[in-house]
Amino acid sequence: MSFESSPVKFTPALPGQPVAEIATVSGDRPVFRAELPDGRMVWLVSGYENVRQMIIDQRFSRALAVSPGYAQPGFEMFAAGSIMGLDPPEHTRLRKLVASAFTARRVEALRPRVAGIVGELIDALAGQPQPADLVAGFSLPLPAQVICEMLGVPAGDLERFHAWSDAVMGDWQRDADVIMTALAELYGYFGALIETKRARPADDLMSALIAARDDVDRLSEHELTAMCCTLLIGGHETTANQINLSLLLLFDHPGQVAMLRADPGLIPGAVEELLRYARLGGLAPARVTTEDVQLGGVVIPAGEQVIPLFGTANRDPSVFADPDRLDVTRDAARHLSFGAGVHHCLGAQLARMELQEAFRGLIGRLPGLRLAVPASDLEFKPGMAIHSLRELPVRWGEP
Amino acid sequence: MSGWKISVDKNMCIGSAMCVAIAADRFVLDERQRSGPVTGEIDPDERVRDAAASCPSEAISLTDAGTGQPVDLD
Repeated sequence: MSFESSPVKFTPALPGQPVAEIATVSGDRPVFRAELPDGRMVWLVSGYENVRQMIIDQRFSRALAVSPGYAQPGFEMFAAGSIMGLDPPEHTRLRKLVASAFTARRVEALRPRVAGIVGELIDALAGQPQPADLVAGFSLPLPAQVICEMLGVPAGDLERFHAWSDAVMGDWQRDADVIMTALAELYGYFGALIETKRARPADDLMSALIAARDDVDRLSEHELTAMCCTLLIGGHETTANQINLSLLLLFDHPGQVAMLRADPGLIPGAVEELLRYARLGGLAPARVTTEDVQLGGVVIPAGEQVIPLFGTANRDPSVFADPDRLDVTRDAARHLSFGAGVHHCLGAQLARMELQEAFRGLIGRLPGLRLAVPASDLEFKPGMAIHSLRELPVRWGEP
Repeated sequence: MSGWKISVDKNMCIGSAMCVAIAADRFVLDERQRSGPVTGEIDPDERVRDAAASCPSEAISLTDAGTGQPVDLD
């Protein structure tokens, strides 16, 4: 048991920048105190077993982390009203209402529709002059269309809600008023949409949630609105950028793309490896200890903010041999990119299926797909929640 | 009221650890991070019902030990 007296200054790597070796940063302590660039004093948790153990353990509370006194502007304000900021049993009550819509079985039934959307988007791209922006033409509209259809949101509103989503998920350093305004507008948008659905229910998730509220009082009106916002934002921002980041990796590994083209049966495994390897998120949301907890050889006192370093778990050499090598044929399914425990990504199965269909379509139908600008010209939106590309200009076909 | 039988299909389990996080004394992960019940038959426990209803791969089956009928997960 060691005393943690001197916090380490820790700056998360920007998207596209190299990640510092954590053992060097921490002085070989897997769980260590750190000062973040925003001045927060936190504990950071590294390594596969420590991270996994921490996120499954209910003594690391998300509800406390979004409570007044701890909550950060931006994403955490958004999370505070939703399943992302609750502990059991409240979390379970709400999550159960939507869990059945996202099970492996239900998701598999959506696969033909998703493949159809992929086909339509690629048809449209193929008719465009090159270079084309894959963000606007593919990676964003694909998951957005899917979650809109599931929820019952008009896909034509994509630009409106994406702007709010960007504000909420984007730059945490910006004026909190901007974030609060965007959140209020997003809630207002859903408030109006829920009233419309209430009057004219349809066969969609939003109508089912409204019925759960109105018929059996399973959730409050605020919880209903927050759930819709969470599903919409969680359902497209993440998958869109996982497509982008995966493609950037594949552009650098043409040999592996050739293998996937020759044997599309490798694509599901490749999706897991790309989930493991890509750094989709910035610093993960914090948990707060409800009591003193022993982890990784130290005791973290009660009331401390603790942040899991998912990248170190996904690159842990004791779990993934030669972890810094991208290998689409390895068994990478144990990665923690969807988290674990009660906050295990609700849309994990949906995201997997969308990614599989996306790569099946892009690799199969747009041979020679490549970046049309130097990688150093690519611009990520400022912020920390999700590494979000502004544009992804690409060409395809013969060089 | 009779007890419940718990079973987990390890082929369907994706290792999300949802059940372990909800009811740490009822489910345990093996070395491959696949879940299984701590004991196969238990007294009715709302957390176990929650775990079964929340499982992302629908890998957890609950049956009434007396009647053999599935337990309502709602």
